[in-house]
Amino acid sequence: MDFKGSDTIPGPRTEDQLPHTAAAAVKIVIVGGFGVGKTTMVGSVSEIRPLTTEETMTQAGIGVDDNFGSETKTATTVAMDFGRISITEELVLYLFGTPGQERFWFLWNGLFDGALGAVVLVDTRRLEVSFDVIGRLEERGVPFVVAVNTFPDAPRYPIDELRTALDLPDEIPIVECDARRRASSRDVLMTLLRFLHALAMTKAPA
Amino acid sequence: MVAGPDGDGERDQDLDLVTLIVARADPPPSATPEQSALLRLCTTPLSVAELSAYLNLPFSVMTVLLTDMLAAGLVTARAPIVRQSVADRSLLEAVMHGLQRL
Repeated sequence: MDFKGSDTIPGPRTEDQLPHTAAAAVKIVIVGGFGVGKTTMVGSVSEIRPLTTEETMTQAGIGVDDNFGSETKTATTVAMDFGRISITEELVLYLFGTPGQERFWFLWNGLFDGALGAVVLVDTRRLEVSFDVIGRLEERGVPFVVAVNTFPDAPRYPIDELRTALDLPDEIPIVECDARRRASSRDVLMTLLRFLHALAMTKAPA
Repeated sequence: MVAGPDGDGERDQDLDLVTLIVARADPPPSATPEQSALLRLCTTPLSVAELSAYLNLPFSVMTVLLTDMLAAGLVTARAPIVRQSVADRSLLEAVMHGLQRL
């Protein structure tokens, strides 16, 4: 592997360093199709400039054979953008944006394990991606909320119609947002946290 | 897949993207360039994901690198808090409180 000399590697800026007291982290995943605004949302609430981690898919055949045509494919690199929010001196929240298309589901194993929950970011012009994602999250038992990124040129639908179109159960929150705005993205995360909290209340032993 | 506080020391600790890594010592003379770079990065806690981004190494490669370094006692790992079937309400409340301050 090509490894650059360690002197050339930029680390976190001083202001991006976590305190020594940082003891544990939690994660939330933002999932949606290309161009839906995942990275924008991560960036609007993150305290650090969003970073990118890459993973390499070495083999076709994990349910991906349809998507790469017939040419031989050895490795595909997929990038995941992520950001960070310090919650307390001890607790850190990480937000990961990951593509929702089925051929990227191989990324989901390590990503969703232990995640608090997920935000499904929806573009009303491409609902079909969200449809697959929602089904997959339900299968995996990952709690999630749906956020509709309101692009200026995208058709606006009443929430009820979207709920029907996405075949979304009544209890799952669906909200509109503007992923570019910190307050709006923060509110989406709050919606998820309140939903998780309500789930915890109903599931907790009496 | 997810690290848990199983009290089993650092030997077969599973690494998550958000496991926090902290250097225990300065790079020893025997350290490889990758190890030296990593140790310099995590003098303060840094997640595996951030290390992966700064070092430009895929998560799978980071896991191999860090597993060796954990075994050699060069770094320590602080396991993430993972979602239980019944979520920890006080944890969720802490996160909400933190988000409200954004």
